Parts: sequence; structure tokens; C-alpha cells
Amino acid sequence: MSQLILKVKAGRLKSLTENLTHYCAGCEHGTLTRLIASAMDDMGIRERTVMVDSVGCSVLAYNYISCDHVVAPHGRAPAVAAGLKRVRPDLMVFTVQGDGDAASIGLLELIYAAKRSTPITVFLVNNAIYGMTGGQMAPTSLQGQVTTTTPFGRDVALTGTEFDTSKLLAGIDGTAYVKRSSLVLTELSSPRGKVYTIKNILDAKKSVETAFQVQAMGGFAFVELLSTCSVNWKMPILEAKRYANEQMIKKYPLGLFKDTFGVEK
Amino acid sequence: MSRVYLKGNEALAYGALEAGLNAYFAYPITPSSEIPETLAKEFGNKKFPEYKFFLQAASELEAINMVLGASAGGARAMTATSSPGFSLKQEGLSYAATMELPFLVANISRAGPGLGNLGPEQSDYFQATKGGGHGDYRLIVLAPDSVQEMALFPRLGFDLAFKYRNPVLILGDAFTGQLKEDVEFPEVELAQYNVSSWATTGAKGREPHVLNSLELDYEKQYRHMAKIFEKYKQVEANEVRFEEYLTEDAEKVIVAFGIVARVAKGVVNRLRQKGIRVGLIRPITLWPFPKAVLSKLASEGKQFLVVELNTGQMYQDVKLAVGDKVAVGFLGKWGGIVPTEAEVEARLQRLEAVLA
Repeated sequence: MSQLILKVKAGRLKSLTENLTHYCAGCEHGTLTRLIASAMDDMGIRERTVMVDSVGCSVLAYNYISCDHVVAPHGRAPAVAAGLKRVRPDLMVFTVQGDGDAASIGLLELIYAAKRSTPITVFLVNNAIYGMTGGQMAPTSLQGQVTTTTPFGRDVALTGTEFDTSKLLAGIDGTAYVKRSSLVLTELSSPRGKVYTIKNILDAKKSVETAFQVQAMGGFAFVELLSTCSVNWKMPILEAKRYANEQMIKKYPLGLFKDTFGVEK
Repeated sequence: MSRVYLKGNEALAYGALEAGLNAYFAYPITPSSEIPETLAKEFGNKKFPEYKFFLQAASELEAINMVLGASAGGARAMTATSSPGFSLKQEGLSYAATMELPFLVANISRAGPGLGNLGPEQSDYFQATKGGGHGDYRLIVLAPDSVQEMALFPRLGFDLAFKYRNPVLILGDAFTGQLKEDVEFPEVELAQYNVSSWATTGAKGREPHVLNSLELDYEKQYRHMAKIFEKYKQVEANEVRFEEYLTEDAEKVIVAFGIVARVAKGVVNRLRQKGIRVGLIRPITLWPFPKAVLSKLASEGKQFLVVELNTGQMYQDVKLAVGDKVAVGFLGKWGGIVPTEAEVEARLQRLEAVLA
């Protein structure tokens, strides 16, 4: 098996606070928090970055990422971010939205921020469920997925099929960067038994950095990040990771949808 | 700008520009649309160097949330709408009140509920003065009665918004928005507001600023709101504004705001010529409400007639202010109809009959 080495810098990232996160065991929100802080440190942008916190599990990010924050109403993070960026174009402005926030209640705000090529960065954590409210159906929930509001499985004939936000945004001419990555560890068999690789996370790291670069170049950047929610999926952590890698990925294939400025190529 | 002949909505737009407006987020709705139209036309005019951004948003919700973001950046941001749109603004206003964001919203109100019609009504009074969205908060509410005040109130509104870090509402109506009058813009210096202690402009050389409405710790939420309520007390103590017209020797006092106060003033002038002692109290700030002056006049034994373009909303605040000291009559019109001077005068006479 190929060796993957992640260089971990000694010491605390400047862009991280010392608070412990509230995220559940197995949740990938913490991973994304770390990747964002790492990118902010590497690019030296912490002191001119404002995070717009969305409503969902990401809402408490102001406790973890050490920069200015504005907490937006549910779904409105792209509008709040756009308003701020337009009056302070020198700032880097980004948000982390959940799938319910971005693809359901806030779809209009997301689409129009994209359509107008608003120079902001949007990270979408797609865990196929409403996490913070306790496991209701999200627009991204899979066909047949059992949630608290689809106790007999999601009926796509009634609720529509799984919402592919990346595909939608890639089709909007205003977007400069659209990519779907995954924050989920992948399982490999080795002679010594099962091991878990961070291949996906390395790719996600690159996506996060590129998404900031694209904003700096004046473009609208969007990265969807597949994630698990073992608590609300009611699965053990490793089974949830397997579900994401085997089932979610079929509906949400990873890849670069759009890179208008050619940053990643 | 010297003396010009403008529509109320145009005057409001120029008043905002004279007050150093930085960013305007638009959504069209009759009878407020001359405001975004004027501001779209003036974008790029070198006379207004502070004016940096204009955008027509995709919805009322997007517009108010963009205002929220721009305000978080310390900008002088504004949006305007009319009644059905004002309902949609309530989400952003609730958040902004507790996040203590200073910005300006104008509601050029029309008849309601629902789509109603395009005529003037004052039926958004409750929504304007009692919070309007969820939670316990207040907007500072200014009620212009003329094109001149439409021109002046954006400056006053921004001053109050930044002084108290609270959204300010200019509550006009279809009449004051569409009315054309002569108006003067006084030469005033651009106000400077210090936003450095709270605006999210990048945490360079300081601790991060967090503009937030969420507080999961009940005790902290209690204390945060207690601080806000304390601020509201300061606003009530310092910022009550009203026009008092010929009340000193008056036996009867009309209470009316906005365009209705213009009608009421006409009635006062006519009756005064006949030797009948009538006066007028015109609340200019609907919140904070001029309770004290009404209470004082009531203790002097004066009788009141409240006239509004609704079924009795400010009437309740007047009743609260005067208590059981005196009887308070009411004349309401709705559906886009403004009462005539003759109607107000007739109602005043009946008031006498009722109280005799």
C-alpha cells in the first residue's frame, strides 16, 4: 500500500482557539475546522478573514476558529457574507454551511451569491441529514434513508431525489470553483488487518486552500465536503464511515466540477 | 443641495446620500420603489463619494441579510420596502437588534393585511413599535409627516442607529412617499461613527469580534438581554421626539402621526380661527413613544382624540400614557383612505358630546 504522509506542524495553529469542540465523536466538522485554520495560517490571512457562521452544527465555529465572526440567520449566510464582502472587499469572507442550511432554507441566497460571482468562499458539509436538530431528512438524504421525519425511509417520489448542490452550482455561470471532496477516512485492508487512510482529507485540504485562493482572485468558490453523522444515522462510527464511502459516494461522486481560473490544475 | 421639489421617496433617498450612505440593498415594491430607483440612478455620482455599493437583491430576505452583513462591516447600510416586504424583513431585524447592528430600514407602508392595496395606511404600527419579529426587542421608529422630514430623517436615523447600535426604522406611508413638496437639504458635516470596538473588519492586533445572536447559557442570555433592555431605557430617556402644537390652552388635543398629523393640524388651525381651543401632539418617534407629554396634558384635564389610518393601534399607547385620567376618543380610517378635515372636526365635536 502506498504511504501517505501528512505533515503536521508542531504547536497550535494561530487560527484555532484553545477551546475543545462540541462535535460528536466521529464527526468530521472538527476535521474541516482544522483544515480551514491550517489554510488561514499558511496563507497568513487570519487577521483579515471573517467567518460567517451558519445555523446548524457549524454555528458554534466562533468558539474554535480564531478570527472575526458574524452569525447569520438560518440559510442566510451567503447573503450576510456577500453584504460584508461588498463593503469590505479587502477581507476574506467565508462560511461553512450544512446541507439543510445551504440546499433547503437558504438555496436562494446560495444561488444568487454564486450567480453574481460574489468573491466569497462557501464550504458545504453534506452529511445527508439535519444534525443539530436531531436527525431529520435533509435535501441530501439518500433514497430510502431512515430519518426522524422519514421513519419508513426517504420516499423520493414525494420528496424529490437527492440534492446535488455541486452539480447545481457548477451549472451556474457565476461560479469560479466548484469541487466535491470528502472528509471521511477510507478503510483499506493490509496484511496487518484493516487500516484507515487520510487520502480524502489530503484532497479536502487542497480544496479548502484552493477555495481561499480563488476568492483572493475575485471568484466565487464552493466546496462540498462529504461527512458522516453517526449519531443521527444511528450507526457505529466506523460503519458510518463505510456508509459514506460506499453509499453516499454513489450519489455524490467526488471530483472537480469547475475551476475557471485553473488554480488546481 | 438647496431648495428642490421632490417626491417623499426621492427625498428619503437623497437624505440617505447626504447622510453618507455606503451601501443600499434593494427590492422593488410599490409604493417605495422610487427609493431604490433614485439610489440606482445616483450610483457613481461624485457628489456622494461615500456611496460605494448598490445591488438589487433577489428577495426582501436577501436584501435585509445583506444589510446585516454590510452593517457588521461597519458600513452605513440601508434598505427600504413597503408593508408586505416589511413582514419579510422581520427575520433580519430580530437578529440585528440583539446583535446590536446599526442600520436603516424604511417602510413606506400601504394598506394591508396581505397584499392590501397601494394606498396609505398606518396599520404596521404594532409591527414597527413592538418589535415585529420574534423575541423581545425594539426598533427606534421615526415617523415623517412631510417630504422635508423624509429628507432629514435618514441622517437622524443613522445618528441614532450608530449611537445606540440598534436598527432604526423610518415609518412613512404611501402618502408621504408619493407626495411632492419643496424640500431643503441643509449643509451638514458628514457624521463620523466609531465602529472599531465591534465591527468585523479582521482581527488584526486585537481579540476577534463576534457578532452573534446565539447564547446557549441561560444566565449569559439573561444578562445580554438585560444589557439591551438597559439600553432601551436610555433611548426612552433621551430620544423621545414629538411636535407639540398649540396645546397649552387647548381643551382638546388631537394625537396623530405622519400624514394624518397634517390633516389634524389643518383642523386645529380652522377651529382656532373660530376661537375653539384645540391642539395637536404629533409623535415623531413612535418608539420611544412620547408618554410623558401625554400624561402631563391628561393631568391638566385635556381631552384627547386619536386619529390613525388603522383601527386603533397607537390609540392603545395613548391610553396607556394617559391612564384613566381622561376619556380618549378615536377616529380610524383604513383601506387607503385618509380622513378629511371635516371628518376629524365632526369627530371632535362628538368627543365633546360623549364627555359632557
